[in-house]
Amino acid sequence: MKLNWQLYLLLAPGIIYFLVFKYYPMYGVQIAFKDFRAIDGIFGSAWVGFDHFIRFFDSYYFWDLIKNTLGINLYGLALFPISIIVALALNELRDSKFKKTAQTITYAPHFISIVVFSGMIIAFLDPATGIINNFIQLLGFEPINFMTEPGWFKSIFVWSNEWQNLGWGAIIYLAALAGVDPQLHEAAKIDGATRLQRIWYINIPSILPTIIILLILNMGNMMSIGFEKILLLQNELNLESSQVIQTYVYESGLLHGQYSYSTAVGLFNSVINFLILIFFNRLARRTGTSLW
Amino acid sequence: MSIKQTKSDKVFDICNKLLVWFFIIIISYPLIYIVSASISDPEYVNSGKMWLFPQGITFEGYERVFQNSEIWLGYRNTIFYTLFGTFINLFVTLPMAYALSRQQLVGKKVIMAMLVFTMFFEGGLIPTYLLIRDLGMIDTIWAMVLPNAAAMWNIIVTMTFFKVTIPRGLEEAAEIDGASQIRTFLQIVLPLSAPIIAVMALFYGVGHWNQYFNALIYLQDRELFPLQLFLREILVQQQLTTELMQQSGAVEALSEHARIADIIKYAVMIISAAPLLIVYPFLQRFFLKGVMIGSIKE
Repeated sequence: MKLNWQLYLLLAPGIIYFLVFKYYPMYGVQIAFKDFRAIDGIFGSAWVGFDHFIRFFDSYYFWDLIKNTLGINLYGLALFPISIIVALALNELRDSKFKKTAQTITYAPHFISIVVFSGMIIAFLDPATGIINNFIQLLGFEPINFMTEPGWFKSIFVWSNEWQNLGWGAIIYLAALAGVDPQLHEAAKIDGATRLQRIWYINIPSILPTIIILLILNMGNMMSIGFEKILLLQNELNLESSQVIQTYVYESGLLHGQYSYSTAVGLFNSVINFLILIFFNRLARRTGTSLW
Repeated sequence: MSIKQTKSDKVFDICNKLLVWFFIIIISYPLIYIVSASISDPEYVNSGKMWLFPQGITFEGYERVFQNSEIWLGYRNTIFYTLFGTFINLFVTLPMAYALSRQQLVGKKVIMAMLVFTMFFEGGLIPTYLLIRDLGMIDTIWAMVLPNAAAMWNIIVTMTFFKVTIPRGLEEAAEIDGASQIRTFLQIVLPLSAPIIAVMALFYGVGHWNQYFNALIYLQDRELFPLQLFLREILVQQQLTTELMQQSGAVEALSEHARIADIIKYAVMIISAAPLLIVYPFLQRFFLKGVMIGSIKE
């Protein structure tokens, strides 16, 4: 026991990192309630109370930002069963070589960087030269300018995300499925249950806790997922449906230098995220599975 | 299987295989397409005549990309950030996760609660940016490696690994032999932990390789740009760098610029994504292991 201080020494680099890079910015968040001026510093700048928040709530774009942020994320959330279906289907494959190949291929897109992936999306959807519009024209329709028509933005963003992550998202369910007691399946077989029935009555209930945990975690990130990719796919013309809270914070804060105001907008986002997480965790507790 | 397959099971098997094939085709088609497009004449690609196998094979795209000094610069910077950044990640993550996995650590609950809190609540973009600026890290390599020096999720995964695989008896024995905790960690625990070190190096490494946002906000000096930022200019903003323009011979027509843009587009995608996509199938089991350990509940 006398040597325990060495454990704290091992802990030290990490603790310093979290204090400096995670907790200090939380201290810096106070500029949301101040008029930050670099000369005065974070502590010395003058308090303005909730002025920035009120300005944000009263702004003409407030509801658009909320609508886009929630819209994109709820749309994405609605697709979460796809990864579960992929996992259930892979799990039923008996040919283990084919299973492994299928896994390798479906996981691969996860490793493509969002910059390259955004480039792929833009290239494929190009109205004049993209493969998708070539196909549309082949069928005798007019080409669609996907990237500049706001109506398409959410679908492009959400479905391309799904393409990139449907396999990777299935891994965790596959892990849960591997833990299902084979005796359950044997017993069900003897009772004459079909494969589909066994999936429905054995496999899905077994992975339900995993599904719930992942759903809560996704809810907790509800308003911040994927903004780096949104930023890449955004352009002047699709802005009305692609501007979300986080990209707005980037634009008004870093490009236009309104530090206090955009910190307030970001803080609003973080607080909502946190409240959603707590709410759904409460809800999930009734099912017996929760984060804490 | 001891029990015979019924007819409905056979039907199920066929449907299931079709479903999996559907996913395989959906996923692999765009990947095959960019490979083929990268070595095809853009005229065939743009008109839709090239839709699966390369047409009018040419390597001009790759030649132009390889002649481009900025792509090389970006590549070099990215490799450096990936190696150095991953080293820092491991230096922070492994000792911390080990200490947190030990029962005798007093105050563990409080420390864990404080750490986990950062997963769900953060200071946000602007306060973090101001911090980096005040630390004088703008336009330095530190901005690329320090702000992401550790990820809480990875620490939890590593901690779970240590908890499960390093029995308490082991270090007690080492202690009786007079080894300090740091020595135990370095000389006994780490050599037993090769799998988790590999997993973490890969997780963090991929993150650094693909990172662009920190570079976008913290770097202005082109000499420090990682590959992803140069790619962003070419693929997303569709600006040809002056260098690529000059390669095309200064006063050539706009259509020539467009042709060059088209021809290098798919080649740069391949050049950036290929290293990971080629290496990953061989390392797949490590990645999977990482996700699996993460799913173990305490």
